[in-house]
Amino acid sequence: MEGSTIIFYLLAALTLGNALLAVTTRQIFRAAIYLLFSLIGIAGLYFWLHYEFIAAVQIVVYVGGIVVLIIFSIFLTQQAGEKMPQQKLSRQLFAALAAFCGLALILVQVFQHVFTATTQAAVEPSVANIGNQMLGTDVGGYALPFEVVSILLLAALIGCIVIALRTKTTNDTI
Amino acid sequence: MHPGLNEILFISTVLFFIGVYGFFTRRNLVTMLMSIELILNSVNLNFIAFNKYLWPNRLDGLFFTIFIIAIAAAEAAVAIAIIINLYRTHKSIDVENAEELKY
Repeated sequence: MEGSTIIFYLLAALTLGNALLAVTTRQIFRAAIYLLFSLIGIAGLYFWLHYEFIAAVQIVVYVGGIVVLIIFSIFLTQQAGEKMPQQKLSRQLFAALAAFCGLALILVQVFQHVFTATTQAAVEPSVANIGNQMLGTDVGGYALPFEVVSILLLAALIGCIVIALRTKTTNDTI
Repeated sequence: MHPGLNEILFISTVLFFIGVYGFFTRRNLVTMLMSIELILNSVNLNFIAFNKYLWPNRLDGLFFTIFIIAIAAAEAAVAIAIIINLYRTHKSIDVENAEELKY
């Protein structure tokens, strides 16, 4: 067993173990920290696949942005250190059964299917290639989706401000 | 044996259904959002694995992943704004107490 294989399985165990803990722990702040380590494990898998740009984006946006946002919202809406109430056993059992059945179905399909890879020469996923194709306007360029996503982010920004704005009328009812 | 496409697809499938399990069992809106992030990450991992092992001559899977990450960030921001607003009016972020959200 060579080093890269061992690193792959360590990253897989880190990702899946922390993901499982994140959805089963009853302390909400710990769930956020387990989610953080799970996302770091996925970034490590991207590094292992030699997609360094995506790994960097994953760390910056997910680990640095979304998880911090989630932790802030936990502090704003939750009494820290307080455990979440125990779920009903029947609900847990049926959720586990549904998830397991779906998992078995998908895994059987995935392992039976024979994937055929292309034989053409590989394109290096370097930052220069990514940038040229993302802002290219010729065939295969992603300039239009890029602009659409920028408008979406602007809309989300304005929407967040409007939703979270405290108005005078709702202030009286609280 | 060297890990290949099937091992990564196994990881992403298990991650997806861990997220589904969390989404079914949790009743707190913030933890449900965390489950959604896990599901989105498993999809991203799938796109990158297919890009790497099946179509290395193109970069389309990578661009899909970048756009999914951008949309997930916007979605998380809007969801947390809604959750905080809900907490202000109801003093609780359980889904059972958020029934009036649809009116």
